[in-house]
Amino acid sequence: MRLELRGITKRFGGFTANDQISITVEPGQIHSLLGENGAGKSTLMNVLFGLLTPDEGEILIDGEPTKFANSGEAVRRGIGMVHQHFMLVPVFSVAENVVLGFEPTKSLNRVDYKRANEEIRRVSKEFNLEVDPDAIVENLPVGLQQRVEILKALSHDAELLILDEPTAVLTPQEIDALMAIVQSLADAGKSILFITHKLKEVKAIADVITVIRQGKVVGTAQPTDSEAELASMMVGRNVELTVEKSAFSPGSDVFQIRDLVVRDDRGLIAVNKVSLDVRSGEIVALAGVQGNGQTELVEAIVGMRAVESGTITLNGRDVTRDSPRKALDNGIGHIPEDRQRDGLVMSMSVADNLILNTPRRAPFARHGTRNLGAVKENAEKLVKDFDIRTTSVEATADSLSGGNQQKVIVARELSRPLQFLVASQPTRGLDVGSIEYVHRQIVNHRNDGNGALVVSSELDEVIALGDRIAVMFEGRISGIVDPTTSREDIGLLMTGTGTSSE
Amino acid sequence: MTNTDTVTPDESSPVPPPGRARHKIWRPSAQSPIVTAALALLLGLAVGAIIIIVTTPAILDAWRSIFHSWSGIGHAIKVTFDNVGAAYRAIFTGSIVDPASLWHSITTGHGWDNTMTPISETLTYTSPLLIASIGVGIAFQTGIFNIGANGQAVLGGIAGGVIGSMLHMPMVFHLPLTMIAGIIGGMIAGAVPGVLKAYTGAHEVITTIMFNYVIYSFLLFVVLSTPFQQPGQQNDIGRMMDTTAQLPPLFGTSSGLRVNYGIFVAAAVVVFAWWFLDRSSMGFDFRVTGANPTAARASGINAKRVIVIVFLISGGLSGLAGMVQVASTTHFIDGTFLIGNAGIGFTAITVALLGRNRPMGIMWSSLLFAALGVGGRSMQAATGIPLDLATVIQSVIVIFVATPVLVKEIYRLRGSSESTLQLANKGWNS
Repeated sequence: MRLELRGITKRFGGFTANDQISITVEPGQIHSLLGENGAGKSTLMNVLFGLLTPDEGEILIDGEPTKFANSGEAVRRGIGMVHQHFMLVPVFSVAENVVLGFEPTKSLNRVDYKRANEEIRRVSKEFNLEVDPDAIVENLPVGLQQRVEILKALSHDAELLILDEPTAVLTPQEIDALMAIVQSLADAGKSILFITHKLKEVKAIADVITVIRQGKVVGTAQPTDSEAELASMMVGRNVELTVEKSAFSPGSDVFQIRDLVVRDDRGLIAVNKVSLDVRSGEIVALAGVQGNGQTELVEAIVGMRAVESGTITLNGRDVTRDSPRKALDNGIGHIPEDRQRDGLVMSMSVADNLILNTPRRAPFARHGTRNLGAVKENAEKLVKDFDIRTTSVEATADSLSGGNQQKVIVARELSRPLQFLVASQPTRGLDVGSIEYVHRQIVNHRNDGNGALVVSSELDEVIALGDRIAVMFEGRISGIVDPTTSREDIGLLMTGTGTSSE
Repeated sequence: MTNTDTVTPDESSPVPPPGRARHKIWRPSAQSPIVTAALALLLGLAVGAIIIIVTTPAILDAWRSIFHSWSGIGHAIKVTFDNVGAAYRAIFTGSIVDPASLWHSITTGHGWDNTMTPISETLTYTSPLLIASIGVGIAFQTGIFNIGANGQAVLGGIAGGVIGSMLHMPMVFHLPLTMIAGIIGGMIAGAVPGVLKAYTGAHEVITTIMFNYVIYSFLLFVVLSTPFQQPGQQNDIGRMMDTTAQLPPLFGTSSGLRVNYGIFVAAAVVVFAWWFLDRSSMGFDFRVTGANPTAARASGINAKRVIVIVFLISGGLSGLAGMVQVASTTHFIDGTFLIGNAGIGFTAITVALLGRNRPMGIMWSSLLFAALGVGGRSMQAATGIPLDLATVIQSVIVIFVATPVLVKEIYRLRGSSESTLQLANKGWNS
């Protein structure tokens, strides 16, 4: 099957998840869609699979414009999808799962399990995918469950197979097996769309690579291109950032992490024995392609994720297992990665959001009663000082633009006495003016002799802000380098292949 | 740091013109809850009228006659308006005031008791409903769906009934003690699902529904057990509360008006709820938790603590509602206390929803629901149309309020429906 996407645009409210994306997949080709988490890959696949309707653009199958009202139509047109999170019924057998929704029936509408099993044996044999049709899915290892998903797609005569982050949950051995399967499917003439943010896999298997960033196609690449080149395409370099900083004069260690191990939501190790120091008057920028454990690391620091082992020390005090409340009281400021989820209450006023994590502190409350006058006064001062554009301090947070929402968080965190600041993707989705503003605030904080850890997947931001740059790859610090290090070398560290200067 | 870089003055979103916020509030749009509620009430009455038309034999006969002669059409329309009008007039005069009786009282100075009876009845029904609805509304605002308000009210009623009838002391001690007993009874009933949710993650919808049944059975046990059963009774009837534990009628027992000091308790609860949600630090934590649980966590709010406390407050208020119900009307509890149609704890869920979980909104919506209930009884007596019609009207109102999209479509109002929809759905997705 030859698939062509032309100018696909998908918006959610004011947010454009896919912006004029065009891709062509040839028969028998493995086309890899490379991009960070949140770049818009999954949205695009959901559009292609009929789960979302595009606002603009068209889908052409073998040159013929096609519209899918739902995923069932996509399946009938020969598109199969293996979701990142498997869509299997755990208590059903392999056979039942594979035929689910398209069950072969005999008289009185009874499911014909014999034919179902035969069908599965036929497809398994044809594509060399061995699975026991009678096994219960929840008893199978993850790699085999994925194979069931692939079988399911193939049994519906899929000509195009979408694999959404297929290796995210697999062990290295299972990944090798998957790669072999994908290759043989392509050899059999199936078209493959392989979505991932892992560079190694792309280089190993793709025929063509399309890189997506912030909902746009930023370019196509060949598997022969270097990983560093691919990495810099993914994280982009289109914004020139200049932040004036005073001379770097680090003091003593403010913040230390030693051998920290943290697990992600699936229970897999996301942060693997990470050690990191931040001194006073220093910004350490944590670079890396998103999804390499940065999120989990930050959550552990601010008390929102349990630490498996290792220690976190703030000014010589062990804060490893402190709750979010204690982390706040300890003076750890946090600019969260997902500001609308973790940083703001969108239905509440700007004034309330500006004291969101200190509502009980004087003068905002006394004896359990809030002092709304003080809350308002504080808000009016911060709105002025931090140039937050809002109709009034009583306006709700969701009436603000993204940049101003972020300013609310920055104002809240930097206006309270801090020992240490953690800023995660502090300028994601902001316009250039707001980016500069947020950067200036973080640098001011550092110039005042405080320590900060800035997590960013934007190379420019990392280089502009960092006094030292730590690069994270697959849960580890793959290197700590000087900001004068070339982009290519940092890019190599992002792929785990470079060398550290320290 | 030198100040070489300046913030770009033209932000992506320009500052909206002043006055926009105020304009937004008063524009008749689906976003204004008051407008939505009023329009939903009209729709409820319209649907009720249709039901009256298709279920009243007199109206149907009149329309049937036009098959024989077209001249009957005027008659048919008249019969229709007469019957529907009579029903709605009965609801109004039965729950608020009968204009004829009012005129009589004004001109002659007599019969005020009679004239005031409808509004007195409405207020009597409002007090416990309002208190329970505030309890449910506070839980809603915290993202907790407390379906157990009825069970909590029953346990509060039991506690109030026991303390009010089995202890004897002067009113200054007895009445407050009975109220506190009601609150504590409700708190105990609320604490169980609260602790279960906080420490085991058990979903409160399941646990509160199930706990209702436990409490209903406990009610039967209590009213049938010798110490509390009314002496000389074999039936499921509890002891009569002492007059020192009852909420006395405002105008004395001789007036025959049942309106009582319970309305001051309800008013105090409204003021408390307003203070708690709008002015207290804990209420702020509650609202943050309800509006965005992950941000609440990131802001250092202890979710377990919030869940347990909100159940104590919600349960305590429901318990107080149960106590007020007993102490202001029957003065004793029996095995059918708050069971079935009388289940104020369930009505409270819809009342809270209609009032957008805000104290003042809940006050108006509980007045409306009480009036429809009281007026429905008058309608049944006056026209023979069953009381259930009032329930239908109440239900239709709630359906339209819960789905503002429908109201918006029907009246072709401007304004995005999304935000109102989210508001209405608060609490369902905890």
